Amino acid sequence: MRELSLHILDIVQNSISATASLINIYINENLEGDLLTIKIRDNGRGIPEEQLLHITDPFYTTRTTREVGLGLSLFRQTARRSGGGLEIKSQIGAGTEVTAFFAHSHIDRPPMGDIKGTLLTLIALNPDLDFTYQHLYRDREFFLDTRVIKEELEGIEINQQAVLDWLGEFIKKGLEDLYGGEG
Amino acid sequence: MKSLEELKQLRESLQKDMLARNSAGKARIVIGMGTCGIAAGAREILQAVLQEVKTRGLDVIVSQTGCIGMCEKEPLLDVQLPGKDRITYGNVKKEDVSRIIVEHLINGNIVEDLVVARLEEGGE
Repeated sequence: MRELSLHILDIVQNSISATASLINIYINENLEGDLLTIKIRDNGRGIPEEQLLHITDPFYTTRTTREVGLGLSLFRQTARRSGGGLEIKSQIGAGTEVTAFFAHSHIDRPPMGDIKGTLLTLIALNPDLDFTYQHLYRDREFFLDTRVIKEELEGIEINQQAVLDWLGEFIKKGLEDLYGGEG
Repeated sequence: MKSLEELKQLRESLQKDMLARNSAGKARIVIGMGTCGIAAGAREILQAVLQEVKTRGLDVIVSQTGCIGMCEKEPLLDVQLPGKDRITYGNVKKEDVSRIIVEHLINGNIVEDLVVARLEEGGE
């Protein structure tokens, strides 16, 4: 994957498969500590303990369409080669939390990439799910909660094109303000 | 348009045509969103689809599926017209999206040179 935003899109697919209804995406770019943290938490069905042992093995999958499961192993590989690592916590019936750490300045750390594209893709294709997106950079924060947006929409579907256009502008502006011209 | 106030205005304009919308009898576009699809460019294909749907004012359902085991042919994009076979297009590029939508979705002609699979109407 050439961008971290693509990894995020990919890891969230696991949450969707686990029938989550709420998915929290958290990004913290701590420049002083040279640490980038990406956390994806869901309220899905959780992962049994015996599966957790193999979860980042690329040749382990619970699916039947093919014999590899690459998403988490690729994410872990990317984190490790960027001076970081990957942790997975899960509880049956409560959900799963995937946290990846990176040395922010590491030369092999992929760029964040098209976060707006990833969020719009998730919302457009999964209008019934709720997402929160929290992104910290220096002392600034961008936060998006689709539950708040839906409340304002009063029954209008969140994936109507006009709403997606609005969301795209909202996210673009939010990220511009977050990076303050640095990103 | 960035504030919640503007979102409220948008809501009021959208409420007018809300009653006319339901999913029955609509054409469907399905995009493969497995790891293989995402790595091959599925996100950009979806964006091209949404743009084309918007430009042409189409009323279609756009949804996703996971890996179906044809990883080498990703990005995959399925088109299913009501009552017709589900057609899977493979190795789809952004510039193919407009052609697939115009020729297949609008005119009803399958773009044969991009087809990698087809599933009969009613099949699994």
